[in-house]
Amino acid sequence: MRTRRMRAAAFRTLVLVVLVLAWEAAARAAGNTFFPPPSTIVVRMHAMWFSGPPSTLFLTEDAIANILPSLGRMAVSFAGGAFAGVVLGLAVGLSARVYDYLDGVLQFLRAIPPPALVTVFLVVFGFGLRMQLAFIMFSILWPVLLNTADGARSIEPLHLQTSQVFRLSRTERLLRVIVPSALPKMCAGLRLAVPLTLIVMVFSELLPGTVNGIGFQLTVAYQSFDLPAMWGGIVLLGVLGYVLNELYLIAERRLLAWHQAAH
Amino acid sequence: MLEIDNLSHVYGGGGPNAHHAIEALNLSVAEGELLCIVGPSGCGKSTLLRSIAGLITPTGGQVKVEGQVVRQTPDNLAVVFQDYSRSLFPWMSVADNVALPLRRKNMDKRQRREAAHEALESVGLSGAGRKYPFQLSGGMQQRVAIARALAYRPTLMLMDEPFGSVDAQTREDLEDLVLKVRSHHQMTIVLITHDIDESVYVGDRVVILSKAPAHVVGDLKVDLPAPRDQITTREHPDFVHLRAEVGRLVRGHATV
Repeated sequence: MRTRRMRAAAFRTLVLVVLVLAWEAAARAAGNTFFPPPSTIVVRMHAMWFSGPPSTLFLTEDAIANILPSLGRMAVSFAGGAFAGVVLGLAVGLSARVYDYLDGVLQFLRAIPPPALVTVFLVVFGFGLRMQLAFIMFSILWPVLLNTADGARSIEPLHLQTSQVFRLSRTERLLRVIVPSALPKMCAGLRLAVPLTLIVMVFSELLPGTVNGIGFQLTVAYQSFDLPAMWGGIVLLGVLGYVLNELYLIAERRLLAWHQAAH
Repeated sequence: MLEIDNLSHVYGGGGPNAHHAIEALNLSVAEGELLCIVGPSGCGKSTLLRSIAGLITPTGGQVKVEGQVVRQTPDNLAVVFQDYSRSLFPWMSVADNVALPLRRKNMDKRQRREAAHEALESVGLSGAGRKYPFQLSGGMQQRVAIARALAYRPTLMLMDEPFGSVDAQTREDLEDLVLKVRSHHQMTIVLITHDIDESVYVGDRVVILSKAPAHVVGDLKVDLPAPRDQITTREHPDFVHLRAEVGRLVRGHATV
């Protein structure tokens, strides 16, 4: 079991190494300035972001000025959007009537691709940070809300009867029975929200009126034909997406340990 | 202790698909009694139990617990459901499951923990408090559900086919557990079962229900020597006679 898992991990690394080497070879053979080889990209990334003094954990001024604001935007809007999604989802899911009335509307709102609404947000909030935060929150609200509502709706009836028989208070029933019951579905919504936050964050930073962020740096690099820097931004976003997803999965595994073991 | 007066319940509100689960059922249970209710499956036993527990409002008649008409679950009433795996909360440890209902009993955290520990000890699970329900066997999970009811210190405990989904050996152990806790804690127990032998073995009194719409067709006193024993009680002539009697009443009305 253990050796098999280690072998799988070794094989996965090998595939990655082979692909990167193939990319390197192909890029060098093509010699196209639009497609720099990965070695050039990595050197550029290091120079751009990770060659700072030890006092700032080797981050350069450029990294502090762009990567941190992007992470901040993601953190704030993920927290806000997820919280709103959970609260509204519970409210919708706990009332069969509200759910019946709103289900169609919610499915419709969820189906609209967020970028299509960007102009609406610009009209309401203007350019800048407030609009970006509101836009990201709005985008991730729907998967969280709909999944939470679904979870709150499908609570085991015997769990509710047990709460009723032992006369749990409303708060106890909500926090100790309903929320944990809905948690697996809630997590399914949050799992969708994590990559979506990154996508919409980058999109919001490509808009005019942005003064910093990874997306902003991408635009600047593209406009000044700094192709290695542009590719560096793309690679960084990929790595960021991967790491955030892994972190989320670790958190979810801890939160749902009882669920995974029981099913 | 418990008075059931002319109880009726119809599902489906009188339309063409209305199902009469209970009709004109009268029953009274004395304090400290262990009453077993048997009846053919689907006869409305669970509806009766849910009416006593205040989980449904019967369409006719009334239920009184300690003189009070039941409108919501009465104080000091606990229920052990058949489906332990769905009645215990899988996200809580065994001890937390047992201690949860004690929050409204004005007990501080330490008292709740002690009460849970004591209840688990009395069902023979003193070491299992930190485990989660899914780590226990079915019989052990049902013990946890019984411990949760005991820790609550009810005056009336309702058990809805509590041993319906465990194997035969576990079932006998749990039957003896009920007899044991009953002699330790002073409480009235109403146990619903479809197992005729079980009703005679466990009960002080056995009430037989007809098939739906359910009403009482037999009410027998069980006068077997105490303490009851899985081997000797079951070969006692009175046991054999009683179980035949109960069986006749159940079957007689199951086939009509």
